[in-house]
Amino acid sequence: MSSTDVRGSAAEKALDVERVRKDFPILDRTVRGGRPLIYLDSANTSQKPRQVIYTLDDFYSQHNANIHRATHELGEEATEAYEGARITVARFIGAADETEVVFTKNVSEAINLVAYSIGNATAGAGGSAAERLRLAAGDEILITELEHHSNIVPWQLLCERTGATLRWLGVTPDGRLDLSGLDELINPRTRLVALAHQSNVLGTINPVADVAARAHAVGALVLVDAAQSAPHGLVDVTALGADFVGFTSHKMCGPTGIGVLWARRDLLERMPPFLGGGEMIETVWMERATFAPPPHRFEAGTMPIAQAVGLGAAVDYLTEAGLAAVRAHEQDLLRHALSALGEIEGLRILGPTEAVDRGGAISFVLAGIHPHDVSQVLDDRGVAVRAGHHCAWPLHRALGVQASTRASVYLYNTHDEIAALTDGIRQAQKFFGTA
Amino acid sequence: MQLESMYQEIILEHYRRPLHAGLREPFDAEVQHINPTCGDEVTLRVTLKDAGGEPAIADVSYEALGCSISQASTSVMADSIIGRTVTEAMAVGEEFLRLMQSRGETEPDEEVLGDAVAFEGVSRYPARIKCALLGWMAWKDATARALAERTADEANTGERA
Repeated sequence: MSSTDVRGSAAEKALDVERVRKDFPILDRTVRGGRPLIYLDSANTSQKPRQVIYTLDDFYSQHNANIHRATHELGEEATEAYEGARITVARFIGAADETEVVFTKNVSEAINLVAYSIGNATAGAGGSAAERLRLAAGDEILITELEHHSNIVPWQLLCERTGATLRWLGVTPDGRLDLSGLDELINPRTRLVALAHQSNVLGTINPVADVAARAHAVGALVLVDAAQSAPHGLVDVTALGADFVGFTSHKMCGPTGIGVLWARRDLLERMPPFLGGGEMIETVWMERATFAPPPHRFEAGTMPIAQAVGLGAAVDYLTEAGLAAVRAHEQDLLRHALSALGEIEGLRILGPTEAVDRGGAISFVLAGIHPHDVSQVLDDRGVAVRAGHHCAWPLHRALGVQASTRASVYLYNTHDEIAALTDGIRQAQKFFGTA
Repeated sequence: MQLESMYQEIILEHYRRPLHAGLREPFDAEVQHINPTCGDEVTLRVTLKDAGGEPAIADVSYEALGCSISQASTSVMADSIIGRTVTEAMAVGEEFLRLMQSRGETEPDEEVLGDAVAFEGVSRYPARIKCALLGWMAWKDATARALAERTADEANTGERA
């Protein structure tokens, strides 16, 4: 996978996990009556290092003002910090320049921005420049069965509005994309292909560049949901070959409330706005308005300024830690977890059981014990995991399970914590009398 | 270990051997309720009867997929309300809802709740309250529908008479 060598050189030294852990104040606290916190839910949201917490504090304490509107010194500082974060993010993902980086609320909003912009273009907005984006009845949008709901529902809604048809790639029983029908599913009617870089349930890393090449061959656009891959520095927009990439700050050590849509500059220029309001305009009359160039065309109203600056600090933190080292550490934990979980009788891992093209989220089901009950026993021992369908209901249906328990690792996790997870699972089996 | 405060023996017992499980005929109303956070689901049927001029619960039958808390709660619910008048059963439901919203702060009324007091520990875990309420909410919905149909039938019969 070409994208695994990007963003950070292999020559970096190994991650000093004990030092990393000292950066995350929350890891010092105890839960459920004095038990140390064992946080294995980073695919849900990551914890925040003090460097990010300090940046938020410093912004509000020293530089707080609205951006692009104020002529005073604080306004200059706030604008510089916000636009500086945009440059930091652009470098992190290998964007041509920072004007390709649009700040959003989260990945859901990034995907909705694209879907609504296409819908608005289809309704006539954007003039001749937006021609490339317009959908007609009979056009097809292709997604996959392993998507998070946020990369399914916006496309269902767009199809409803435009008369386009939604189609999808299935999954194989071992949790990889089933590409056998690709030649038929990507055809001249296909206008957009939207897929996850890494599954939030299975950990599977999809062959995005291959799918994108096929999509581009028929003139379709490609949107990549990188929510689960960006936190590990796996996103290089050129290597992915995508037209749109969405990811979110809170899963990569940054604050909540801020996400990113990256899109090719020429597309952003063609796209009519999604949300209208302050700061996204060029001129406004009572009956009509013209719009600012990208990225500001897509940033209506006062944005989450401090949060954007916090995201910049999170990217700096991860870069400083060394992304290749972070990934090597996570892969090490993943191999440990896959092998230790594989030894537990009655446990079925959903998705690839080998650490190949696979990230550090492991979902599993335990015979005879519901995921809620598994997670409750783990929680009682201080181990935080997620239970449910993880916003991927169709995927669970396809795999024939109602719900699952998911453990996910990040740079601050340790091998002892993997051992605590497996001990807890065995305890759950004892408690419910299944082993 | 605090686990036992949630998973009391009586809950585990109902989970292992749920009472009144399975869908039965005839029935007056059927509903399907889903917990959207985890996909747990219950299909539940209610049959009403007449008890001295007052509607009463003749049977509650169900098919449930879910965690121990939702399964056990549905079992306890069915067992505690079958045979009661709708008014009495609704009162039990109200008391159970109050217990679930108490966060372990109030003294549950054991007289009214019976086995359902065992769920007091669950009320301390906000994420699990929905699990405990799934069956109860389905029952309440099914009963309301059955009553509405009854009223509609009576009105029709009245018109014909």
